[in-house]
Amino acid sequence: MSTATAEVDMVEKKAEPLFSKKNKKLITNPLDIDNPITVQILGVCSALAVTTQMKPAFVMSIGLMVVTASSNVVISMMRNSIPSRIRIIVQLAIVSLWVILVDQILKAYVYDVSKQLSVFVGLIITNCIVMGRLEAFAMGNKPWPSFLDGIGNGLGYGIILMMVAFVRELFGGGSLFGFKVFESMGVHYTGNGLLLLPAGACILVGIIIWVQRTLNGHRETH
Amino acid sequence: MRQSNLYIVLYAAAITIVCGGALAIASQTLKPLQDANIELERKKNILATVMELKDGDDVVKLYASRVKESVIDFQGNVKVGMKASQVVIAEQYKLKPEERLLPIYEFRNETDSTKIENAVMPVYGYGLWNNIWGFVALQSDLNTVQGVKFEHAGETPGLGARITSDDIQVRYKGKKVFEGDKIMSVQMQKGEGMDYSADPHKVDGMSGATLTGKGVNNMLADYFSCYKNYLKKNQQNLSLNL
Repeated sequence: MSTATAEVDMVEKKAEPLFSKKNKKLITNPLDIDNPITVQILGVCSALAVTTQMKPAFVMSIGLMVVTASSNVVISMMRNSIPSRIRIIVQLAIVSLWVILVDQILKAYVYDVSKQLSVFVGLIITNCIVMGRLEAFAMGNKPWPSFLDGIGNGLGYGIILMMVAFVRELFGGGSLFGFKVFESMGVHYTGNGLLLLPAGACILVGIIIWVQRTLNGHRETH
Repeated sequence: MRQSNLYIVLYAAAITIVCGGALAIASQTLKPLQDANIELERKKNILATVMELKDGDDVVKLYASRVKESVIDFQGNVKVGMKASQVVIAEQYKLKPEERLLPIYEFRNETDSTKIENAVMPVYGYGLWNNIWGFVALQSDLNTVQGVKFEHAGETPGLGARITSDDIQVRYKGKKVFEGDKIMSVQMQKGEGMDYSADPHKVDGMSGATLTGKGVNNMLADYFSCYKNYLKKNQQNLSLNL
């Protein structure tokens, strides 16, 4: 990693404030107009898999955010030393490193949650968002913007996950974060089984994309 | 220079060493914490099959005072000098039922510690995607299910993974293992929302997780037959004492 810092950028730009307009955009854009799930259509697989309940969806979002941000920073620091012929493998190694660390830490400190997420934490490695951000952003930008980009995309992913999980858990299982909503109101509610199946999540993501595109006035280019 | 083969090989080697080293250190430093979690989880699961654990209960103390661990063989004889915590269920599961070492956890009466209130047995099997395991507690008649606790490694969240939830596990309470002298086990049915309260060997199924349910059924049938001799033997002792 030290080789990366040794190389100094040729053109020294004027020092930028930490949260300049450009940097803020790195966080806000992925929430809406550049959302990883609904616009870039990345990471849909896990969005379908972990969203039957709010809690795993929440922890998964945090996990992905941490992994994306920290891999972005590390890759960005190494970007000038990585041989381009093996860059994907190097990225993969860094992502795996962070994912396994997150998994180990969850197992040591929040055992319950780690049990519930079981295989999905490991699957962050294959999440296209992480690799996508490394390749598209961290390889060409400095660590701080890369960090923000990682946080932004993690948040963008998380928001969609939470929206999908909210509908799926509420109408599929009748609860929110495990709290039986309908039961506590004294209403008998039979869960909608379709929502609990991956197909249900697919339909929900589709509806979210539709609504979002309508609001943003998106037009397909021919 | 950055494209030369030597540079690439050295770079790859360095990355491997740094990442490998970091992971080794993390795994070594976190291992005691993780092991403690697993051990606590085991005790909690055993206790949870026979009683309601509240937040703040001292699981370790409660376990030490109430649970007597022993290891038995297929014939139901106690293996003297063996500790239940040394037996790795996952490894024993690969052996034939007759050759397995079987831990048994007897939950003793609070005042009279010779009285068995519940017998808790570990169970192990295969669900839809990966291993499933857990504990089954029988009441003092060694026939009626007091409670079950299931865990899984990779069942589908929201579907098969529901075997870990209370509303599934509570369905097993009061079901019977034996029909006369024969093991009938408890079978989870296909489809959900049916009432099986009149049938002592059937429980309501999980919608969308029939195959996980089948795995649970196989697991229970397998282990009930492993413990059959022990259960029979102690049932006779019970009736003699009455």
